[in-house]
Amino acid sequence: MHLDHAHGGPGAVSADARRPDGTRRALRIGLGGPVGSGKTATVAALCRALRDEVSLAVVTNDIYTREDAEFLLREAVLPPERITAVETGACPHTAIRDDISANLEAVEDLEDEVGPLDLVLVESGGDNLTATFSRGLVDAQIFVIDVAGGDDIPRKGGPGVTTADLLVVNKTDLAPYVGSDLGRMAADAEAQRAPLPVVFQSLRSEEGVAGVAGWVRERLAAWTA
Amino acid sequence: MASATPRAALLVLADGRFPAGGHAHSGGAEAAVGAGRITGASTLEDFCRGRLHTTGQVSSALAAAAALGADPVLLDEAADARTPSPALRSAARRLGRQLMRAARGTWPSAELDALAGRFPKGAHQPVVLGLTARAAGLGPADAAYCAAYESVSGPATATVRLLGLDPFDATRVLARLAPELDRVADRAVEAARRVADEGSDALPAASAPLLETDAEAHATWPVRLFAS
Repeated sequence: MHLDHAHGGPGAVSADARRPDGTRRALRIGLGGPVGSGKTATVAALCRALRDEVSLAVVTNDIYTREDAEFLLREAVLPPERITAVETGACPHTAIRDDISANLEAVEDLEDEVGPLDLVLVESGGDNLTATFSRGLVDAQIFVIDVAGGDDIPRKGGPGVTTADLLVVNKTDLAPYVGSDLGRMAADAEAQRAPLPVVFQSLRSEEGVAGVAGWVRERLAAWTA
Repeated sequence: MASATPRAALLVLADGRFPAGGHAHSGGAEAAVGAGRITGASTLEDFCRGRLHTTGQVSSALAAAAALGADPVLLDEAADARTPSPALRSAARRLGRQLMRAARGTWPSAELDALAGRFPKGAHQPVVLGLTARAAGLGPADAAYCAAYESVSGPATATVRLLGLDPFDATRVLARLAPELDRVADRAVEAARRVADEGSDALPAASAPLLETDAEAHATWPVRLFAS
């Protein structure tokens, strides 16, 4: 009854797969993870990798500035009208999990103003290991950690590490310098997550974001199938 | 059978965790902290008392009138007329849009649908709040209480985050304001009942110039925790 109701009235209420005009909305993928793990750099690299294939836009959730949105603008990964910043009132996890209204609004405004869109990336503000996205906001989520944050993070687990649809272990090029054991991280991650996938990534390597971009392409194919 | 005086729905609507976007707004507290006007529990109480009797009184009456079934489009105009600051108008409409989403998901109603269609980018939050109360089967006093309480609970919880204020001190401020909150809600309902005969001029128009000017300045801050 609830969903029928949402379709009938102006504007979507929830995570309905169809927009009020009946067209399929964009796939929404969330990126969360601790401060400094490389979420924004991964978003920028994904935009470069995918922007010629699909129509995409980005919502950033900065904690108290517009730094992340401005980084993406400065890097010119997308035209400015495809990047929106949401303010989170000092609670980044609230804005992606408990009270998603501002983020839903940002996503819908992007679809209205620059759509039709195939993909919207929603980047969380840097948070802690418990931060996860509401299923009312995103269809799939990526949790980004890095080797310099400590190679015990996969073992520690937590909702981000254990439940995210994709775990990205970033900055693998730094592992020798910070004494992180990539083999141990991979084994711990598999123990916590199997059969959910894990990608080890260095954006400075030739392969760059290719692993994550490939996973996003699979998700897009499943969404539009 | 529904109770003659529904009360539990009021708890759902008044819950600070009701997902309507309020957590990202400080109700002017961040600007007042920045200006050195809120420095602790005592100045927080002064700030909240001022906001309750100005913005809070107006919001409370608008919400009560909407709950009574007054034309929400006229009430929205009345809210604009009582909100000189463009930054505050914009914040009120954003919060109204977010509340509308939560309300339609929680208490589906044709009246809410109609208002959402008329204001796709959001009507003033107190108007949406009153109509939400109506959709939930609540009365004008319930709507008035919700609006009045929000006018002080938002700044109080924001100040806990901004200053590291002891949360018990902040809650005590709210408790001390409770008797005044009762009076504000009573006056709001009284004014709202006159709207049917006298139009929106019957609504209070108390304003706090510092809230308006501070909001304009706050909107230009490059670094801030709260959207307003």
